[in-house]
Amino acid sequence: MEFLHAIIVLSNFVVIPAIAYGSQLALGALGVTLVYGILRFSNFAHGDTMAFGTMVAILFTWWFQSIGVSIAPLPTALLALPIAIVVTAALLLGTDRVVLRFYRKQKSAPVILLIVSLGIMFVYNGLVRFIIGVGDQRFSDGARFIISARDFKKLTGLDEGLAIKTTQVITVITAILVVAILFWFLNRTRTGKSMRAFSDNEDLALLSGINPERVVLYTWLIVAALATIAGTLYGLDKSFKPFVYFQLLLPIFAAAIVGGLGNPLGAIAGGFLIAFSEVFITYAWKKVLMYTLPEQFAPSGLMQLLATEYKFAVSFAILLVVLLFKPTGLFKGKSL
Amino acid sequence: MNENIKTYFLFSAVFLLIVITGFVQSWNSALFILNMGLISAVMSLGVNLQWGIAGLLNVGIMGFVGLGGLATVLVAMQPVPEAWNAGGTRILLGLIFGVVTIALSVLIYKKIKNASWRFISISIFLISGFFIYKSILTPGVIAVEAVNPAATGYLGGLGLPVLFAWPVGGLLAAGAAWIIGKTALGLRSDYLAIATLGISEIIIAILRNEDWMTRGVKNVAGIPRPVPYEIDLQASEDFVNRAANFGLDPTTASTLFVKIAYAGLFGLVLLLLVWFSQRALKSPWGRMMRAIRDNETAAEAMGKDIKSRHLQIFILGSAVCGIAGAMMTTLDAQLTPGAYQPLRFTFLIWVMVIVGGSGSNLGSILGGFLVWFLWVQVEPIGYWLVDLITAPMDPDSPIRLHLLDSVAQMRLLTMGLFLLLMLRFYPRGMIPEK
Repeated sequence: MEFLHAIIVLSNFVVIPAIAYGSQLALGALGVTLVYGILRFSNFAHGDTMAFGTMVAILFTWWFQSIGVSIAPLPTALLALPIAIVVTAALLLGTDRVVLRFYRKQKSAPVILLIVSLGIMFVYNGLVRFIIGVGDQRFSDGARFIISARDFKKLTGLDEGLAIKTTQVITVITAILVVAILFWFLNRTRTGKSMRAFSDNEDLALLSGINPERVVLYTWLIVAALATIAGTLYGLDKSFKPFVYFQLLLPIFAAAIVGGLGNPLGAIAGGFLIAFSEVFITYAWKKVLMYTLPEQFAPSGLMQLLATEYKFAVSFAILLVVLLFKPTGLFKGKSL
Repeated sequence: MNENIKTYFLFSAVFLLIVITGFVQSWNSALFILNMGLISAVMSLGVNLQWGIAGLLNVGIMGFVGLGGLATVLVAMQPVPEAWNAGGTRILLGLIFGVVTIALSVLIYKKIKNASWRFISISIFLISGFFIYKSILTPGVIAVEAVNPAATGYLGGLGLPVLFAWPVGGLLAAGAAWIIGKTALGLRSDYLAIATLGISEIIIAILRNEDWMTRGVKNVAGIPRPVPYEIDLQASEDFVNRAANFGLDPTTASTLFVKIAYAGLFGLVLLLLVWFSQRALKSPWGRMMRAIRDNETAAEAMGKDIKSRHLQIFILGSAVCGIAGAMMTTLDAQLTPGAYQPLRFTFLIWVMVIVGGSGSNLGSILGGFLVWFLWVQVEPIGYWLVDLITAPMDPDSPIRLHLLDSVAQMRLLTMGLFLLLMLRFYPRGMIPEK
């Protein structure tokens, strides 16, 4: 019984939130890794791309809410998601046309493109703050819980509750769907194969008649979809604040590098690794230990390894360990 | 010769902009722009050392600047004896234990050759070390933070003159740079960027959360100044008489005098650093650095140790940023850990370096002044512009109000566009490297 309680507490506070957070990170890291693999630079504007996409989704959610359209019990934001993806894709393609194409034609060094992406980051960040402001926005509606802690207790007669939020389930299902479609696209379709060929060997791909501009176009379309979905899911699960999205850049990059930059499978594994370590290390373990340890060993403190504010330190530490011992990442990534 | 005239022209133009600010707005704000411009110029000089001369991508400037700020608190504030009695030694012991643990684990790493044994023993050692460290530290921290939390609640500093904090800030930043450089240098340039981004967030998180050291978000106010206080000046008869000779009332004269005194100190530091940087750039060492930047393989073939050269210049550049951070906190006379934002303290410095001209010391100084000037002035100009454009609208229309409200965010947009345009059309900057 005690042990069962411990497992419930653990899944309520650690496993389920970490799975949801991991899915969001994985989707973000997939976007970073695709840009890195195909366009060959580290895109620092990715966090702000996510913020932009989420902002558009929020604006349309508000509009839908005001005219009374809803898909309850699901959050309205899901309805706004396709529109947000289209708008974000238009922004990314516009940016590519106006800014990035020039450097691609020049065959600029990746590090120059990185600095260009800093400029793009500034512009997107300014846009988002200009349009929606810097404040916190909550936009999730519909049913809040699939099963709330109280219902769970009543149902099972246990002392500990297990709450599953709707947004968590939506996050995981969407992430699985998106990843499945992405891998099907990359591995089965002609365009996807040409993208992989372009990523593996640009010259050889060009030689076999692959149109580079077409590859770039599809990459941005996919990145727009991934970034918007990841951002909206994160915003639904927690809340939307432009600065937080900028800060997500660090765990996302850590996830992409840990998995091996340029490797989509690695990005997913990296996302979950980072999310689980972050939640594990910043969680206060007191309750779990109380249930699992004999009474005389019961801990007196919170048993929290690190304060929540230090969650960046976790992604950073994992990043350092991987860089020190396996610089190409856990799965084989590219190294330029 | 032509180049020199252009340089003089550009610098006088920026100087003129500041003077115009003095006439149009007020001399107080002109001197504020000048002082922060001097500090920004020092920061961009440091980043230029790393990026312009060595090609190292540091996007963690904010962290090094924050360490400089921490140095001013640790050096200049008066110690709090009650807090030291309550738990100071305990905290000190805990920190020493932490350092020893890490040093020993490095030793284990070097001694044990078998990879899996090494991993297991280091993990066990570090994890148990971490728990012992926490059990030593935490009671001390709780005790210290309980001592009069509204006024102190921290250990205080050494009570030394604040000017000592500037080199100490440089040393702290150099130490952090050493740790980063040791791990991330020698890998791809993007990895260094991510690693520095990470360390800067961690440093700022430490400043915000370790109340026993920095009072966290409660801020440390009233850091002693290297220049006289306005009130003392106003009380001095001599000063009041001299001010009257210039036709100024004592209040205005004292604030201006204090700002000018700061400008003198900062200018001195900047001149010293420019002199060093220019000498370094023209020396064999500088040529070697540029050779490494332009062609690593060739430089390595000539027998240059690239990794340690990179480490050297990375530490030097970060130390310069640390000095600038200490100067900035000295100017503010308070440490506000909540105010460190990466866009302002990392990426804006990048705009300065790129706009000014990467690889050119004078260029990055010019960029520092110009971009800082724009950063301050875009808001009033933007407000005026939006007001003008939306003037035909109803004065209470929500669009107009929203636009006027969001003008403050316009500076990010402007800076981004400025950076992109410069990169596109003048990638070598306003004063290009020779």
